[in-house]
Amino acid sequence: MSLGLIFMYAALALVVVISGVGLITSRNAIYAALFLVLNFITVALLYIALGAPFIALAQVTVYAGSIMVLFLFVIMLLGAEQLPIAEPLRGQRVLGILLAVAFLAEMMLFVMLRGAPTIAGQAVSPEFSTPATIGMLLFERYLLPFEMTAGILLAATVGAVFMTRQPRPEHKSALPAVREEGQE
Amino acid sequence: MITAAMVWEWVIKSVIICLIMTIGFAYVTLYERKVLARIQVRVGPNRAGPWGALQPLADAVKLIFKEELTPATADKKIFFIAPIITVLPMLVITAVIPWGEAVTFGGKTFNLYLADSNVAILYLLAVTSISVYGITLAGWSSNNKYALMGGLRSTAQMISYELALGLSFVGPIMLASSMSIMDIVHAQSKIWYVFLQPAGFLLFFVASLAEVNRSPFDMPEAEQELTAGYHAEYSGMKFALFFMAEYGKMIAVSMIGASLFLGGFLSPVGFLSNIPVVGFLFGNGPHWLLLKVAAWLFVMIWIRATWPRIRYDRLMALGWKIMFPIGLLNVVITAIVIVLVGG
Repeated sequence: MSLGLIFMYAALALVVVISGVGLITSRNAIYAALFLVLNFITVALLYIALGAPFIALAQVTVYAGSIMVLFLFVIMLLGAEQLPIAEPLRGQRVLGILLAVAFLAEMMLFVMLRGAPTIAGQAVSPEFSTPATIGMLLFERYLLPFEMTAGILLAATVGAVFMTRQPRPEHKSALPAVREEGQE
Repeated sequence: MITAAMVWEWVIKSVIICLIMTIGFAYVTLYERKVLARIQVRVGPNRAGPWGALQPLADAVKLIFKEELTPATADKKIFFIAPIITVLPMLVITAVIPWGEAVTFGGKTFNLYLADSNVAILYLLAVTSISVYGITLAGWSSNNKYALMGGLRSTAQMISYELALGLSFVGPIMLASSMSIMDIVHAQSKIWYVFLQPAGFLLFFVASLAEVNRSPFDMPEAEQELTAGYHAEYSGMKFALFFMAEYGKMIAVSMIGASLFLGGFLSPVGFLSNIPVVGFLFGNGPHWLLLKVAAWLFVMIWIRATWPRIRYDRLMALGWKIMFPIGLLNVVITAIVIVLVGG
């Protein structure tokens, strides 16, 4: 790997880590959401650098462009920008740090004990990440999981519509009732 | 392998695209004022330079010297970066649009596009979906209820119309069986997709008007309801950036629409290109793209001059209950026809 490439990956990784830390340390929910957006976009850039543009652009469109916009929308509508100073769950911070250290130790143990990779990394053809290949895989080899996901999403959509449905009013409109009261 | 020469080529092309978008923005404002004036039987700007040609420069100088106000209760950092976030997507979105066939100059071949990717359409969708942030954040950080309402309206509107916009892209993708815009343009050499995909074309046109908050869908900045919507608290150059984003997006949308449905840089009278001396004017080239973009912009301005703004609930109903189902139907019908005709 050339020096320029190492420098690029290091810079991207730095942005990913900084935005991740910013996400969990911001006291303002809007800032936290924006750090997460920055994180998603930088990870997408890493995907592009690794030769997977399809997954990168899907990540930007779906996560950064749609889901996080809805997050921001809800935060702004509810006026919930300021996160509470006091923790609702006591001791979760200590537990969180302990678990993080345990996870890090596990990962390092894994990398050290694994030694050299037993299977040589297979060279992937540039065709592998094209939308056409991904589409063929989805609709042929993984058709059943794909259709099941579609069914689950449809059920969730119908459920959301049902739950937010407003009860049908007795009258076609509320205005005639008011007018009758006025006449009496 | 990436060489230094390639990097320089990309940098120079990027600078050219940014310059075209910024200069284009300046002259689209003049174009709009002139066309609106003509439609309303006025003359329009005619003082600065011949035919008012220096009017955009005069406006820029005025806006630079204006005082920039920041509301005392605003969120200073986000108030500052919101206009920048709004402008960036508009500057980068046209990177995947081809301007013409490759040209040979001094023994080297130059492609007239920055990137011709096989995920170009996805790139367009990704950048469009990101462009919501600037407006939303501007509305929120101003700490003004009109601005916030404008920001929220525009978020809801852009998310709703993104669906119809995405579905309108599917028709050209299926007909050209490629997501690269160069391939889609070349696939239209026999017949433009506006004739094969009339429903898709209309969907794209209406959804793109809503995406760039143009009349009759300019709810986020409805004056009589929201003063000026998300940019009510902005002044000086920061306001100019919002203005720039709006007009730049108009150019970008026209370029995308012209490339997907009107044959892009392809000439409709290519058979005349054998005429000596003036033949190149009838051949394919960037001038045809420019002409199509100008015509597209004219229709957008024409609509603004003649149509009233539609009500907000009707706008959402149109997006979800009419355009989205038509988009799905268009995809299904196109797919069936392609299978029956055999590609």
